[in-house]
Amino acid sequence: MSERIDGRKKDELRPIKIKLGVVKSADGSCYLEWGKNTVIATVHGPRPIFPKHLADSEKAVIDYKYRMAPFSVSDRKSPVPAKRDKEISLVSGNALESVILIEKFPNTVIDIDTLILSANAGTRVAALTAASLACADAGLPMRGLVSAVAAGRANKDLILDLTKEEEDAPDAVDTAIAVLMPQKEIVLLQMDGNVETEDWKKIIKMGISGAEKVYELQKRALLEKYPIDGDINE
Amino acid sequence: MSETLKIVNSENVLSKIKEGKRLDNRDLLEYRNLEIKVGNIKSADGSSWVKLGNTEVVCGIKFTIGAPYPDSPDQGSMSLNLELTGISSPDFNTGPPQLDALEYGRVADRAIRHSEAIDFKELCIVPGEKVFTMFLDCYAINADGNLIDATEIAALVALENVKIPKLDENNMIIPYEYEKNLKLNTFPLSFTFEKIGDKIVLDATDVEEFSSSTRFSLGIYKNNILSCHKSKGGVFTEDEINKMIDIAKSKYNDLEKKIKSAIKEN
Repeated sequence: MSERIDGRKKDELRPIKIKLGVVKSADGSCYLEWGKNTVIATVHGPRPIFPKHLADSEKAVIDYKYRMAPFSVSDRKSPVPAKRDKEISLVSGNALESVILIEKFPNTVIDIDTLILSANAGTRVAALTAASLACADAGLPMRGLVSAVAAGRANKDLILDLTKEEEDAPDAVDTAIAVLMPQKEIVLLQMDGNVETEDWKKIIKMGISGAEKVYELQKRALLEKYPIDGDINE
Repeated sequence: MSETLKIVNSENVLSKIKEGKRLDNRDLLEYRNLEIKVGNIKSADGSSWVKLGNTEVVCGIKFTIGAPYPDSPDQGSMSLNLELTGISSPDFNTGPPQLDALEYGRVADRAIRHSEAIDFKELCIVPGEKVFTMFLDCYAINADGNLIDATEIAALVALENVKIPKLDENNMIIPYEYEKNLKLNTFPLSFTFEKIGDKIVLDATDVEEFSSSTRFSLGIYKNNILSCHKSKGGVFTEDEINKMIDIAKSKYNDLEKKIKSAIKEN
């Protein structure tokens, strides 16, 4: 098995560090380091929505924001959200819509803000993983946790959790996948590249098993802040 | 903090301030605990993470290359910007806060600019053609009052550890390779006062700012005033202004020491 640039195995995640409750003024928050990515996510709400005509009388509206700090990338990025930021915000918000029990909070908004402080490929999945934990930290009723990860291909190898260098490979394929755990339902799937169908199926499979590993780390972080007695598997 | 809680707490702030006391038992002119992380954002050319009590501001610096201003052909430039995103406060998603952000950032920007901390000639590449622009992008992570001073400290500490990029033969930036450290010639500090009742306090928390009638910021380097900015409605007397000038001057050494020891502990 050929080793990767940073010495990881093909199906190995970069080191992930998670801390909950880092922003005191928010209802829920999470700080997450994922390799060289750093992200902060906060949740405010459910709370009244303004302007009022945006309200939905049957469920809460989710306002998810994905933003990158100008200093998070090699060449300074304008703080004004670009098309890419808006697209990621939209699909990430959609992913959480099917997870949070929004029908319990009609006529309100749940604001979910994520900020990438430093970026090295896989920021959208890092942000969504952190956001889902921030929602749990806020005590929102949810069907489970969203565990997200990237999988794809670089230099002919099918690999999990691509770095920036791997994403820049000439044959790179990048798939972002977010899975509702423990149900294993896919809530976000995006792909960039050109790949044969059978290979892509393998990539998705690899992504789902990667998401399971992310889920274990998420559970551990939650239990660190909210310990319960006894074995959780019982 | 919710609006209701602020109103309730504000009553406590006002009744305590009459006796010259504060909710968190600080003296009127006492700063909160200061923690500083230096250079922990690896994607930036210089960075800092400042915690002043519960207020947190991150600053990251990036260099870009552009044309100089016509009136200073041999000088680079800097731009300091503060973003108040929904991350840092329950209030920022709903209201229009960006005007506040502009004001807060400008106070810090002017204090640093006028202190001559940076020799902008050091940022010149080809006179009249190419210079560096330094972008100091600051993000409030948690807004619990006194964002102005926290932003100023964050920017200053990031400047202290920023490195000037190396250039290739075409005078383009080589990412993450550096020529040298930027020289910081002075150490400008800002002091932001809030007037609560008839008392003047330094380093106000969010609920204290909510209870105050007016605000005054002074940028100072040792004995020299570099910038001043009065914000909000409300009034000061001349005596009060003079008093704040004297306080800022007498507090300068303390705050400088506090920042430098927080940097060492990091």
